[in-house]
Amino acid sequence: MLKQKYDVVVIGSGPAGLAAAIEAKKTGAEDVLIIERAKELGGILQQCIHNGFGVEIFKEDLPGPAYAQRFIDQVEELGVETLLDAMVLDITPARHIYAISKWSGFAELDARAIVLAMGCRERTRAQIRIPGTRPAGVYTAGTAQRFVNIEGYMPGNRFVILGSGDIGMIMARRLTFEGAKVERVLEIMPFLTGLTRNYVQCLLDWDIPLQLSHTVSRILGNRRVEAVEAVQVDEKWQPIPGTEEIIPCDTLLLSVGLIPENELSRKAGVALDPVTGGPYVDEGMQTSVPGIFAAGNVVHVYDLVDWVTEAGFLAGRSAAKFAIAERKRTARQVKLQPGDNIRYIVPHVMDKESLAESDQRLQMRVIKPIEEKVWVEVLDGENLVTRKSQRYVRPGEMVTVDIPQKAYDAVQKADTLTVRVVRR
Amino acid sequence: MAKKNYDVIIIGAGVVGSMIARFLSRYKLDILLIEKDADVGMGASSANTAIVHAGYDPVPGSLKAIMNVAGNKMWDTLAGELNFPFERRGDYVVAIGDEEVPLLDELWERGVKNGVPGMIMLSGDEVRRREPNINPEVSGALWASTGGICDPFAVVIAAAENAVMNGVTLMLETAFEDFVMEGNRIVAVKTNRGTFGCRWAINCAGLYSDVVMHKAGVRPEFKITPRKGEYYVFDRAEITINNVLFPVPTPISKGILVTTTLHGNTIIGPNAQEIEDKEDRSVTRDGLEEVWQGARKLVPKLDLRHVIAVFAGLRPGGNAPCETPGVNYNKDYIIEIPAKVQGFVNLGGIESPGLTSAPAIAQRVVELLKDAGEKLEEKRDWDPIRPARPRFRDLSPEEQKILIRNDPRYGRIVCRCESVTEGEIVAEIHAPIPARTYDAIKRRTWLGTGRCQGGFDTPRVVEILARELGVSMLEVTKKGPGSEFLARPTKDVEG
Repeated sequence: MLKQKYDVVVIGSGPAGLAAAIEAKKTGAEDVLIIERAKELGGILQQCIHNGFGVEIFKEDLPGPAYAQRFIDQVEELGVETLLDAMVLDITPARHIYAISKWSGFAELDARAIVLAMGCRERTRAQIRIPGTRPAGVYTAGTAQRFVNIEGYMPGNRFVILGSGDIGMIMARRLTFEGAKVERVLEIMPFLTGLTRNYVQCLLDWDIPLQLSHTVSRILGNRRVEAVEAVQVDEKWQPIPGTEEIIPCDTLLLSVGLIPENELSRKAGVALDPVTGGPYVDEGMQTSVPGIFAAGNVVHVYDLVDWVTEAGFLAGRSAAKFAIAERKRTARQVKLQPGDNIRYIVPHVMDKESLAESDQRLQMRVIKPIEEKVWVEVLDGENLVTRKSQRYVRPGEMVTVDIPQKAYDAVQKADTLTVRVVRR
Repeated sequence: MAKKNYDVIIIGAGVVGSMIARFLSRYKLDILLIEKDADVGMGASSANTAIVHAGYDPVPGSLKAIMNVAGNKMWDTLAGELNFPFERRGDYVVAIGDEEVPLLDELWERGVKNGVPGMIMLSGDEVRRREPNINPEVSGALWASTGGICDPFAVVIAAAENAVMNGVTLMLETAFEDFVMEGNRIVAVKTNRGTFGCRWAINCAGLYSDVVMHKAGVRPEFKITPRKGEYYVFDRAEITINNVLFPVPTPISKGILVTTTLHGNTIIGPNAQEIEDKEDRSVTRDGLEEVWQGARKLVPKLDLRHVIAVFAGLRPGGNAPCETPGVNYNKDYIIEIPAKVQGFVNLGGIESPGLTSAPAIAQRVVELLKDAGEKLEEKRDWDPIRPARPRFRDLSPEEQKILIRNDPRYGRIVCRCESVTEGEIVAEIHAPIPARTYDAIKRRTWLGTGRCQGGFDTPRVVEILARELGVSMLEVTKKGPGSEFLARPTKDVEG
């Protein structure tokens, strides 16, 4: 059962989100919730079955799911709540969250602090505007990775990979393991864009050719990819005429960059840096909206998961501190609620400590006129805190009531004070 | 199940064929609608500018002009009955620099002759005020308040679905091969899935309308020359425009324009490249460059970094002379019952503004059949309404809550960019015209059309399609046989 209010809500359960939730809890946040769109925790790590994770943090070389599991175990031990197979639809700058899932329906909840940990998405064919037809068989490397490692299906038999990003190189090796032929990896830049470690282990060791300063200039095939046209480019990335080569294949994989995923951040009013594509953050990973923090690839694209985890720890710690301060602040507040014949009251909330210094004046308007003597009563439940006599009340004339300093003790016990008008 | 004999066979389920099927479904007729592709509306109707044109463009006196203006007037009723997205936002023809202003006057004259209501001439200042992103050099604009934008996929699907609801038989992946003639009368249509008898055959074959009419022995000189148009789609978070912006037209097309989808994505295009191959919907480097330069003339603030999709469509341009005396125009529509062949309604060259004209063309076909002596008795149970299925993203939070409570599958978002739920996908797979391919679901729900272009949803949709259709994931296709997503299972691991 979801609570109405959480200290910290973490959106996304990849390495950044898991770390943030763990650290928030350890820092003293009481109610911590992770909202994850997949059916299990771990984010993209669950499909990264290759090794290379944890070398910095654990001094061990782990596959993605094993790395994730170490944090998932802690999340469970610490009693972090999770909402899985759920999607956050909207976040307001006041940290009100709308989320839906098949299992819990439409949920609305409030967070004292939020950590954005939505990660990133892959750049697509359209973003690099590859000309040609639009057949089946063009996938981003990550989508292909999901098909192979999660669903258990090969998206093709004969591949060309565009881009020497890490996922592309890792997929080149993975597909070769599965008996596919990877014809070539093409890279438009004159240098490798992924890690050298991956170049050696994933391409060189498997005799997969890499061509630098080359790109795909055309996709052929109406229904399924039949071939791609590769071309050499000059230093301005313009195709060099005469260098075109048709490479027969049935699948083109794209590993052409990652973009921080910030649709929700925009909705929450978080300011984004056009260079990174992620939020502007301070030293504690707080965004431009107070109480909203961000960590990991949602902020900028990392190359090592260990650093994503570190960023998650930092954001989780900051978010918990913010939430605790917020909780202390709101715990001191009493809500002022309109009762019978009261339309509104200003202020809406009052700091209980304020009565230590002076009387506190409430201003309000009534709904209906009463042309006889009335009491304007301030109540905590059924207990009278204070009251004031009026000869009449009229909607056109503002009513004021002072809560006296001597009501200090009575107010300390209250969560809500109700004001109402009763005939004398 | 298909029968052996029909009163009417409609060849082609694009917007024109589907609309005719829907209009004729009102009458006591056995109707078969055949489509060679895996879904309705996959030809010219699938890739266009989605504009309902006011009608100031076509040559006065041409059938094109008459159909355009008559068609435009029918859209409000049609959208109301068929429940597809349509907004009459109006459109501008924009003059940049003083030398283009006289061209606006020409269009105005044409519009008056064509009977276009609601045209207004605007000053450059007024246009700048209304569209802040426009080229500041704008010198004036023709504003047509009857111009509109629609979701063209939804239009075709809604029309075809309403036809099917009213008893029309639709056969997909059924390609026309030839006519069976008795003397000069068409008595049957041969397809790859059998021969079906008919009293009437209606040529709605779009890009292939020349091939079909030649098989009937009609207009051997008529030729469709596909004219390719390429487009870009932009991320709506980055730039939006309010209305359709046309440049002043060129002799061969309405020019490269800047428009918006009903979801707020800016679209630029199309160029106009005559080609021979009727299946060549590839985008080209040169074509994209041409579109880019053209659109920047209208809206200099466009930025290529915000492109989320590129695509190309083919206009089925014909060479039929206009039959109105005194009008010298040779790219007119054909809508006729030819004298030399019995049982044949012949349509051809229905290029832009074909989408706008479609309801008027359908009405014209009904009248042609009446004139030819068809009784056309109205059914008493004809239902003009095609109910809309819920679109999660368009609902209020309260409505969303109710929807999820009634069917939890609406609580699972499968496409995060466009907020499309599993409930919507399943509903489309089991609709009167089942969506059986990824692209069919995409056209109906807009899933996969956002900034991640299906990167997130594709594996999930393949899984849902396999489950709902009761097939293996290996059999799920993007757009029909030959476009399977997956090649084979990975190696089995002994457990």
